[in-house]
Amino acid sequence: MKLLQLSPADLRERLRNTGIWLRTGPFSLHVQSRVESVAKGLTDLYGQFEVRDAREAFADFHVAVNPPSSLRSWLRPQVKFSFDGVEPFKPLPLDQAYPMLEWGLNWCISSHAHHYLIIHAAVVEKNGLAAILPAPPGSGKSTLTAGLVLSGWRLLSDELTLIDRKTGLIHALPRPVSLKNESIPLIRAFSPDAFINRASHDTAKGTVAHMRPPKASVRRQHEPARPGWVIFPKWTAGATTELQPRSKAQTFMFLARNAFNYSLIGAEGFRVGTALIEQAACYDFRYSQLDEAIAVFDRLAEAPALDRPGN
Amino acid sequence: MRAPTDLVSLVFRNPDAVRRFSVDDWDLLIRQARQAGLIGRMHPLLLQKGLADAIPSAARWHFEAASALADKQQIAVRWEVGQIRAALAGLNIPLIVLKGAAYVIASLPAARGRLFNDIDILVPRNQPAAVESALMLAGWHAVGLSDYDQRYYRRWMHELPPLQHVRRATVIDVHHAILPDTARYHPDSAKLRSRAVAVDGLPGIHVLAAEDRILHSATHLFHDGELPHGLRDLTDLDLLLRDAGADRDFWLRLTTRADELQLTRSLFYALRYLRHFLDTPVPDSVMATLDAAAPNRVTLALMDRIFTRVLAPDHASCADAFTSAARLAAFVRAHWLRMPVHLLIPHLFHKAFISPYQRTPKAA
Repeated sequence: MKLLQLSPADLRERLRNTGIWLRTGPFSLHVQSRVESVAKGLTDLYGQFEVRDAREAFADFHVAVNPPSSLRSWLRPQVKFSFDGVEPFKPLPLDQAYPMLEWGLNWCISSHAHHYLIIHAAVVEKNGLAAILPAPPGSGKSTLTAGLVLSGWRLLSDELTLIDRKTGLIHALPRPVSLKNESIPLIRAFSPDAFINRASHDTAKGTVAHMRPPKASVRRQHEPARPGWVIFPKWTAGATTELQPRSKAQTFMFLARNAFNYSLIGAEGFRVGTALIEQAACYDFRYSQLDEAIAVFDRLAEAPALDRPGN
Repeated sequence: MRAPTDLVSLVFRNPDAVRRFSVDDWDLLIRQARQAGLIGRMHPLLLQKGLADAIPSAARWHFEAASALADKQQIAVRWEVGQIRAALAGLNIPLIVLKGAAYVIASLPAARGRLFNDIDILVPRNQPAAVESALMLAGWHAVGLSDYDQRYYRRWMHELPPLQHVRRATVIDVHHAILPDTARYHPDSAKLRSRAVAVDGLPGIHVLAAEDRILHSATHLFHDGELPHGLRDLTDLDLLLRDAGADRDFWLRLTTRADELQLTRSLFYALRYLRHFLDTPVPDSVMATLDAAAPNRVTLALMDRIFTRVLAPDHASCADAFTSAARLAAFVRAHWLRMPVHLLIPHLFHKAFISPYQRTPKAA
């Protein structure tokens, strides 16, 4: 059953009491919350995801977002994220309950799922090949990811690139795309099809909202993809669109540094990382216009075998 | 004593029980084992018992990921111990590695799947400032403690405050004794040091003798206020005892040594709860010998009620109406044993009413 098949009242009832069991990519989640904005966020963004019956459910992560039971929260409403009774973060203002759930889930996955090499990068797919977009905050990675998945690319993940240690394939985790500050109006203007939920203000990352993942990406969430490109996007005001090959060795070093668990998985991390780099064409990408950027990606996807820089 | 109800100790007592596990049982087993820090230790046990196929595919990655983490930590611990040795090399003092890190460098079965929060070392008390400054020079320094906690550690405890490495974030606990001077019982550390054994292939590094490391681990379990990993520590003891107990004379040496170090009461409790949770093979004759060290019946009944709760995994599914009271009781009892009343009351007062309002990442 899909989440959207539950009536809003039923969903809230379940969330408040037993919680709901959700499947996102390779992980099953059990989410419990009494907070209205969390119920609303899940209704708005997770409609296409499969909800499972408590009776058949094994959950990888049991999480909850609820108000703390302290006097202080009566004065200033807050919420806390709990991973099976453990609270890894300080409470946040009530207004940030939904983003806190998403951040908490990212933390659960990146700090436990060591059967993957996990790189801090967005990843999208077209014609069977994945484009990995590692980039520091502020590089326009999320904006580009949102633009691409609204233009026919499949969303694999906007934050966590999961590389199977045995097969080297990239597994999809098409949870909602996190958008910050100016990207929110930009993506709204870019596509009338985009659904973006209510923004939370004054978070650690500024104003944050989440975009609903495309239906097709969710439907194909169990389909892994082969690595095709590693592309470092950089949004620069007024820049002309420019795709420049970059050194594979440097790219490898960057990915290793930006992996959550590269050193943890030891020699195998090196093996998985080098195998990935060997298959992938590596580029630096500068852009200022989203539609031009997407056109460049589309051209890459149409001729994946051609024009692959070496070294 | 009421039988243990948690699934983690059930699997350690009887691994074959997993063959009858439902999906719900696996879900709960992994949750409890994660909280107890024991997923990585359970995995090799299940493999060894030929139970790999019994693990449902949905649950498998949790074991594999935990094993990857444990393997990485073993390598890291060996390397860190080398760094500590290098940092202290100029001082010409004996360096004894304690607890988990000792099991790793001595290649004991108790290293299996062990996770680490810190590395414990024992150095002589005569030059704490030299030890601290040598470690600081190598990048370890005291962080994140309130002034109160700093004073508490330095003045009353048997250790420097925990030292964290600036770049690698590894934590060392430097001990000068295995229990504080203020404690009711404080075994002579010189006695422990005199029997320490050198580690093959790691010149300059020692670990405690087999009996002593068991007594140390047992003592810690029953003198530590907070027991987030009580069951993990019990499984350490279980593995240490099964390994050492293969030698017939071992048990006599253990009880004799406990007597010599005034640690028979701790050993009595440890063996009692090891039998309870993990079916550790302790000869009846040993329990009979230790009977003299047992507390009176009323105290023992109370201790059973406390420790059957606090040694279970710290997970909601293992808790009953008395669990939080039991944890508080264990906390107060540990402090009661560690310091006299005229220090204890102000300390607990500070912890209860002042510390919560200060930002203290790690409490004493």
